[in-house]
Amino acid sequence: MDTTPIFGPALQVRGIEKSFKDLHVLQGVDFDVQAGSIFALLGSNGAGKTTLVRILSTLLSPDAGIATVNGFDVATEPKDVRESISLTGQFAAVDEVLTGRENLVLIAKLRHLKHPGTIADELLARFSLTEAGNRKAGTYSGGMRRRLDISMSLIGNPPIIFLDEPTTGLDPQARLEVWQTIKDLANSGTTVLLTTQYLDEAETLADRIAILHKGVIIQNGTLKELKALLPAAEVEYVEKQPSLEDVFLTLVGEDAAAAPDENTDAATAVPAGKESR
Amino acid sequence: MSTQVLSDTRVLTGRSLRHILRSPDTIITTAVTPIALMLLFVYVFGGAINTGSGESYVNYMLPGILLITIASGVAYTAYRLFLDMQGGIFDRFASMPIARSSVLWAHVLTSLAANMVSVALVIGVALMMGFRTSASLSAWLAVTGILVLFTLALTWVAVIAGLSAKTVDGASAFSYPLIFLPFISSAFVPTSSMPGPVAWFAENQPVTSIVDTIRAMFASESVGNGIWIALAWLVGILLISYAIAIAKYRRKIR
Repeated sequence: MDTTPIFGPALQVRGIEKSFKDLHVLQGVDFDVQAGSIFALLGSNGAGKTTLVRILSTLLSPDAGIATVNGFDVATEPKDVRESISLTGQFAAVDEVLTGRENLVLIAKLRHLKHPGTIADELLARFSLTEAGNRKAGTYSGGMRRRLDISMSLIGNPPIIFLDEPTTGLDPQARLEVWQTIKDLANSGTTVLLTTQYLDEAETLADRIAILHKGVIIQNGTLKELKALLPAAEVEYVEKQPSLEDVFLTLVGEDAAAAPDENTDAATAVPAGKESR
Repeated sequence: MSTQVLSDTRVLTGRSLRHILRSPDTIITTAVTPIALMLLFVYVFGGAINTGSGESYVNYMLPGILLITIASGVAYTAYRLFLDMQGGIFDRFASMPIARSSVLWAHVLTSLAANMVSVALVIGVALMMGFRTSASLSAWLAVTGILVLFTLALTWVAVIAGLSAKTVDGASAFSYPLIFLPFISSAFVPTSSMPGPVAWFAENQPVTSIVDTIRAMFASESVGNGIWIALAWLVGILLISYAIAIAKYRRKIR
């Protein structure tokens, strides 16, 4: 398998359009993702995030535009694209009837790797699933299932990983676990494209954030750059209440440090900014 | 490339066979209804049915029962395929560098294995109920071949249903008419006993030629031209449903 180029974008998306009948889901989407970075695609439900991920992972053809993944065109070189990526879809794509270990062995065999059993055991250990390895995945909690799902995506070390709403439906602890997994991934050099509807998730994880709204990218930048867009956020004095998440995590004894506070300010600053104009 | 198709199909077939081994009730459920029908027809209705053939009624109706077994068994393929698509594992496979057709073939081969086990169970019960055959080994092989063809043909129909279903119930609903078809055929009563239009339908629908062929083989009689009609139906249904299923699948995964 080709190694990821150290410089240059791992993903290039230019003018991607996609419609379903009368519904113009994507209306010309452009962005780049640098190799080895975490890129968050932020958008509300129905913004077209999943459609875009499906196009980039060769499950859908775009109506117009060009997308390259690891240098390969999704339209003309889908096989090379599939060699370069792993998709973790919105719903945990694990086989519930098989055990966690069997799931991993299955994917390792389908990737034609040697020693699928060893690979499975290593991943089980890495994702703290060794004990649960011989249980049916259907008995796993939401967080365990997600961890298994993501570990299945890592088999064969694809340079690029798509995570479509990886924490939707997870409880706060499981969410923090998944966040840690994603950080570890990026630290090991994998390029991560993450979609999310949670602002704090993008804020915590992403090197760059793009906001997909009504079929186009309306903003794309680092967290700092995006925050700079909001005028006069600091002149507002807002009584800061702890979020329910802070309370919950404190009560159940989890480390709440990862839960960011800033988006509470940012959210209140938006209407304030508009008023001051 | 073709070795990749084989190895991917083997791995994925191993996966879905595991599903069946972990829920063997699907095989048993598949066999229970036909066995109940067989008991009902042989011990309740059978005494009043004159097949005009002189052979025991269980011998007469077993071929039709076997077809009903398979027709109800293939519904599980549609069901499993639908669950795969819903659960996201279908998308995972489609986004991986594996042979495209292996995902469907794995389900089809699993259906074949499961249905043959169900058929064997039904034949076992039939033997206990007095089914006797003078069929030679080659006749048995021929019967098996026809049942395999029938399973493959209906399984590809099931693949179409599974790929196009919107709900779990919808995925298996297609099999009800298939299960019903043997009742309007020569499977349980001679078509000559039916009123004109019904008899015409019964004589010209695929089940009658298949049932008559299998029955003749079990009785070591000449199959006549019926076998060619049966084979034409089977191969025709197989090719058409295969083509539609693959086209639907291509559209689904682009």
